[in-house]
Amino acid sequence: MIVKLLSGDQPRSAILTAILLVILICLAGAPFIFDGVRPLDTAARICIFILLVASYDLLLGYGGIVSFAHTMFFGLGAYGVALASIHMGRGFDALLVGSISGALAAVVLALLIGLFSLRVRAIFFAMITLAVASAVAVLVSQFSAITGGEDGLTYKIPRVLTSANRMGEFMGTKISGKILNYYLVFTATLILFLLLLRIVNSPFGRVLQAIRENDFRAEAIGYRVVWYRTAATCLSAATAALAGSLFAIWLRYVGPDTTLSFEIMLDILLMVVIGGMGTMYGAVIGATLFILAQTYLQNLMGSASEATSALPLIPDLLDPDRWLMWLGILFILSVYFFPTGIVGRLRESRRA
Amino acid sequence: MSDPILSLNAVYTDIAQYHILQGVDLNVPRGQVTMLLGRNGVGKTTTLKTIMGQWTAKSGEILYDGQDIARMPVSARARAGIGFVPEDMGIFRDLTVEENMVLGCSSGPLDPKRKDWLLSAFPALGTFWHSEAGNLSGGQKQMLSIARAMAEDRRLYLIDEPTKGLAPAIVSTMAEALRELKAQGASILLVEQNFSVARALGDSAAVMDDGKVIWTGAMAELSENKDLQERLMGLSMEAH
Repeated sequence: MIVKLLSGDQPRSAILTAILLVILICLAGAPFIFDGVRPLDTAARICIFILLVASYDLLLGYGGIVSFAHTMFFGLGAYGVALASIHMGRGFDALLVGSISGALAAVVLALLIGLFSLRVRAIFFAMITLAVASAVAVLVSQFSAITGGEDGLTYKIPRVLTSANRMGEFMGTKISGKILNYYLVFTATLILFLLLLRIVNSPFGRVLQAIRENDFRAEAIGYRVVWYRTAATCLSAATAALAGSLFAIWLRYVGPDTTLSFEIMLDILLMVVIGGMGTMYGAVIGATLFILAQTYLQNLMGSASEATSALPLIPDLLDPDRWLMWLGILFILSVYFFPTGIVGRLRESRRA
Repeated sequence: MSDPILSLNAVYTDIAQYHILQGVDLNVPRGQVTMLLGRNGVGKTTTLKTIMGQWTAKSGEILYDGQDIARMPVSARARAGIGFVPEDMGIFRDLTVEENMVLGCSSGPLDPKRKDWLLSAFPALGTFWHSEAGNLSGGQKQMLSIARAMAEDRRLYLIDEPTKGLAPAIVSTMAEALRELKAQGASILLVEQNFSVARALGDSAAVMDDGKVIWTGAMAELSENKDLQERLMGLSMEAH
């Protein structure tokens, strides 16, 4: 049953299995295991970024396609939900229409970019995606009447998904609409992740891997490389847009900085590389580590700085204001020691 | 010769500023093994790559079953029934032997009977069926490369130096598999430096020099005539 759910793609390492199980249990039980709003928000962000990074892994890790437009698709999904909620009013129909419209817009745009630029060399495709993504980000900022410009948009989601909806207590935890909202995000992420796992382990996924390794050979066997690359781009874009929709449902706010910025694109790249490209499970580990580090490293360093206040130099080095520097060092070290990503390294050690 | 499966008429191919093929004329008869011979660097590999479409012919005709395929996309040539085994093997290293074989069938699933035949021809592939192709030895990779091209029934095979650098036992396995492929009615255009294999398999031969085919005839005629070998290729097949 589990093997079938995972499409036969098991973690293939005891340590990796254990880590994935811990992450799954923590995410599944987050509202009951951790107290407060911040851990729940972190868990929701982890879920959304797992989906976003997994969709990028389909493109980069499996298809070998470098794109800088992934946050644009993420943003299309988020703005889809925001605009639908503003114009149709608070309701599940608005969420559904917004999510579907965002995903469709992402597919159409990905199809256009793919058909026009996937025939050319990889570097040109990367440049074109960068140009289109930058243009869309500028347009979103400029058309403030529709998109709210730099301020973004705030809107209402169904009341049943908000903190105002109080539903009593369960296992000592007050159940509110926010928790329902979290489980909407968690369940959608789980289903879409398993779907992506199915796609990469299907004959389509195998052809993508073949194209990544040697595109001429794949073409010479009889596969239309452009068609496969375009299909992968569209699938990846649609999933990224759905991740954006979930983000919009969770935050009840969208803005260029939270959905379209190039910083998020760099974060996605780092998460894929740290977790391990072409593994899908790498997205789970990469996104979890990255979001945890982004959220808690500053606090952790504050505590460490206080604990070492009697020592020379160390408290200064561990000053919470220096958290970005340490985050950078951690990433350099992880890429240095895990060139194939954490998942790749764990699978290699099992083979050895 | 009547109705060849493949005909090249005055094919010219440039790679960057180099004029590699300078008017290749070649016929590949149906159901036969045609050896493409010649010294290193005379354009044999470029000829195969031009037929498959990796290099685009600057001018000339490539008639496959009477249809000019010179401007056809590579995948369309493959789907029309041309199988290509390049010198560098081109296996998918990160995929298993099984996945490589399944990928060899672009128009449907791997036929169980064909799989059985291929595994009997290349038993090593069965042993490493679930292993990553990148972990195979050089000979096994070459077997996989040829078996993958044969995974689907194709009418014409373009094979570039399949025995290069292989141990004698693997060479004879390879030669036997190609003989069986021919017995099934496939046509083969084979570039081969191993003259004993060329002699054993070849029905006809074409010798290239300086980007052109300079001699065509029966393989038996070439293998029996040392003077002709010396004149065409600058060496005797007996010496190899």
